[in-house]
Amino acid sequence: MTPSPPVLSVQALRKVYGDRAAVDGISFDVGRREIVGLLGPNGAGKSTTINMLLGVLQPSSGTIHIEGVDLASHRVQALERTNFAAVYAPLPGNLTVAQNLRVFGLIYGVKGLTARIEALLEEYDLRRFRDTKCGVLSSGEQTRVSLAKAMLNQPRLLLLDEPTASLDPATAVDIRTRIQAFAAKGDSGVLWTSHNMYEVEAVCDRVLFLARGRVLLQGDPKTLPREHGHASLEELFIAVANEPLALERPPLP
Amino acid sequence: MKPSRVAGIALRQYYLYKGNFARVVPLFAWVAIDMVLWGFMTRYLNSVSSSGYDFVPALLGAVLLWDFFARVMQGVTMGFFEDVWSRNFLNVFATPLSLPEYVSGLVLTSIATSAIGLLVMLLLSSTVFGLSFAAYGVMFVPFVLVLFLFGIALGILSSALVLRLGPAAEWFVWPIPSLLSPFVGVFYPLSTLPEWMQWVARALPPSYVFEGVRTLAAGGEFSGATLGWGLGLAVLDILLAGLCFQWVYRYAVRTGLLARYSAESVT
Repeated sequence: MTPSPPVLSVQALRKVYGDRAAVDGISFDVGRREIVGLLGPNGAGKSTTINMLLGVLQPSSGTIHIEGVDLASHRVQALERTNFAAVYAPLPGNLTVAQNLRVFGLIYGVKGLTARIEALLEEYDLRRFRDTKCGVLSSGEQTRVSLAKAMLNQPRLLLLDEPTASLDPATAVDIRTRIQAFAAKGDSGVLWTSHNMYEVEAVCDRVLFLARGRVLLQGDPKTLPREHGHASLEELFIAVANEPLALERPPLP
Repeated sequence: MKPSRVAGIALRQYYLYKGNFARVVPLFAWVAIDMVLWGFMTRYLNSVSSSGYDFVPALLGAVLLWDFFARVMQGVTMGFFEDVWSRNFLNVFATPLSLPEYVSGLVLTSIATSAIGLLVMLLLSSTVFGLSFAAYGVMFVPFVLVLFLFGIALGILSSALVLRLGPAAEWFVWPIPSLLSPFVGVFYPLSTLPEWMQWVARALPPSYVFEGVRTLAAGGEFSGATLGWGLGLAVLDILLAGLCFQWVYRYAVRTGLLARYSAESVT
């Protein structure tokens, strides 16, 4: 029996603007039921990578396969398996929660859409906001709506770009719990970017550290700091941001 | 092409109109004002003219058709601008939606919004000012069709322009109908124009429509083959506009313009 492909397989992905490489030949996989953290300082290439995975930015070279489907040659089939939520991409504020879910449900071709919307309104505690315009919701409520939209098509690959940024700690915990539950119960994988190292350590099974467009380190967020002589993931992050070249050496024995 | 995706784009626009009276009124208010203004103007011209020429079918009919064309074009661009204004490109284009599906959704919206304007204009011009469409005969249908197709083509082209140049470029789009009107002879025969303007007019499908409107209003014969040229040109313009939009979209995906589109201006 052929093993099923990872939900995401990225090979030698590169994006060049003029003579500057924003992403410089990165390769990684995201497996089923796995939450992978994509970490790095500002300008490291995280959002560029996410944009390429979403098909809104064409790579200069390299390949992206979502559940074995090549994004470049089978864009529609690949993106049917994908969804995302990002703090910088709120849903149109002049539509209500239910209207936004219906519009995007149609675009994603969700079967049994009415029932799916009802289930998501319930799951994300949005029932009382059903007829409220998204633009007047609080940051936490808008994030829940974005996540409900991201779950509409039960994606195999869920991309989350700083989903808990600007949320209070209680709401952030709630959002994290929901995403962990999503990853645990199905055949999906999650790629998560965040600057909150506590959150990353609590949620991610594996992390990739990006700096200057390259993957410098990867591993278990609970053990990776010690392997590189740092007390915490936050310290390791600061080291990656300040001295990326030093970390390209092999880890301490 | 998946109908549900096209419906999703059109439904989004329907929700916007449904929830906002201020969006619905402009669908018919400005064209109604135009009908009233030009209705009285043609009445006055009929009363002072000794030639016996009926200005109602020639002028009021032409204004009606020109307003319809402008509404069709705006129907497409307004739908596109909604995504610009609400910074919705990432949400829309990171989905399985294809470019033809997106554009078809905008066209569907334009059909609905421009039909409302056309209906109001037909009602006002015929009941209040006695515009009789018998003057145009069956040619009224191809007249409307040519203007509809050309309106769609310009709407797609305008959207491509704004996608390429950034949100501020929407101000290039609003005056396009006014810019074209001197060339296509909405109010006067093309022979009035200098030679170079006539050459431009021959490349614009509405020129054939308005020549036809005047000819039929004056009781003359208008060849269907001549209008066929206009129809052919309009279809060609849609194809070219579609190719242009596709080219700009690919450029935007290649350069990162689409991903960072919310910037105020892009060079």
